[in-house]
Amino acid sequence: MTTVNLTLNGEAISQQVHARDSLADVLREGLNLTGTHVGCEQGACGACTVTLDGMAVRSCIVLAVMCEGRTVETIEGTRHTEPMDIIRRHFHEKHALQCGFCTPGMLMMARDIIARHPDPDEATIRSQLSGQICRCTGYAGIIAAIGSAAREIRETN
Amino acid sequence: MKPAAFDYARPPSLDDAIRLLADGDGAAMPISGGQSLLILMGLRMTMIDTLVDVTQLQELKQLRDDGDGVFVGALTTHATIEDGKIPDPSAGLLARVASKIAYRAVRNLGTIGGSVALADPAADWPACLIALGAEVCIVGPGGERRERVEDFVRGAYETSLATGEIVVGFQLPRREATRWGISKVSRKSGAFADSMAVAVEATDGAPRVALAGTASRALHLPQVSLHLQQHRTVDAAELATVIRAELAELVPDADPYQLRCHVATISRAIAEARA
Repeated sequence: MTTVNLTLNGEAISQQVHARDSLADVLREGLNLTGTHVGCEQGACGACTVTLDGMAVRSCIVLAVMCEGRTVETIEGTRHTEPMDIIRRHFHEKHALQCGFCTPGMLMMARDIIARHPDPDEATIRSQLSGQICRCTGYAGIIAAIGSAAREIRETN
Repeated sequence: MKPAAFDYARPPSLDDAIRLLADGDGAAMPISGGQSLLILMGLRMTMIDTLVDVTQLQELKQLRDDGDGVFVGALTTHATIEDGKIPDPSAGLLARVASKIAYRAVRNLGTIGGSVALADPAADWPACLIALGAEVCIVGPGGERRERVEDFVRGAYETSLATGEIVVGFQLPRREATRWGISKVSRKSGAFADSMAVAVEATDGAPRVALAGTASRALHLPQVSLHLQQHRTVDAAELATVIRAELAELVPDADPYQLRCHVATISRAIAEARA
């Protein structure tokens, strides 16, 4: 086992990990942060998206041992933060989820998309979201939610 | 989807990394972004005893513009290139290629050096770098060497890297009035290409056309490139004949679907470069 020191949701932590443990598994099984969902476990579905040093990454294809000294934020860390509260409300209002399995990854990616594209058109949202898989909604609600959340965030800033 | 157990090392210097890779005797592998390698390991498609984390090596992070060309360090991520944060000798081609690789969350970690060193036959960077006439810069137990990218990639997941050698970066020539075109066919956005072609033309040298998505490796297409050099305007039917003839020679195992994809991407890339 190796000790990894990182900042997780604003708090400095040390965690014992095996070299082969993914960040997703350490978050869920070692740290009980089960908001990060593991779907495909091969980087294809996006459900496990978290941020690493502020960048969206797929925690199933990040080794926890490589996170030494870095900053990780999971969906739990976004509670009561702007602009995620706004995005979350628009997901609710636009029916952007059904079973909710993909939603933590969708929200993390939605915030990343809006940060890089403050005024995204539908084509931009669709292409930027193409790495996040949802098997319930058909995406229409998610795309509408990101568009309307981006508008509200733009107008309140 | 869990990788088999392996040892992990994070060497602080390039010399240490080379020693660890050399001592590993072929079962040690460098890791940077890990965005392809960790998936292959999860699928148990590779046998690795030791992962050598190269993300601390400053030599691999360099970005240099020396006028005649640009050095891009191996650890440069696709997202960094997509966002235009490197000196660009390609008139925007590098950023365009980067933006179409997988998804943003993958591009944030995946690196140009890792992509070329892994040598997936459908990967985007080998074809792009071949079309740009780039060289790969390598350091190993025997010192430094440079090789053209089309010579470096030898087959599917196969390169000229010897045990203990590591890709440090790429030297890209700066050419006059670069024009380029690119075409990629994938089953879905972000997926590996069934076929991808890149065409690069400049006023100070011969055109270069490269193809990815074959069963073996990214290829330079010398006959198609020569045809462009000899014809200021290309006749579509004549060009298709030249492309088919070269594919018959270089990609003899392609099935009819793949051949149609290759003819289409090569033609479109050339048309875009000449538009």
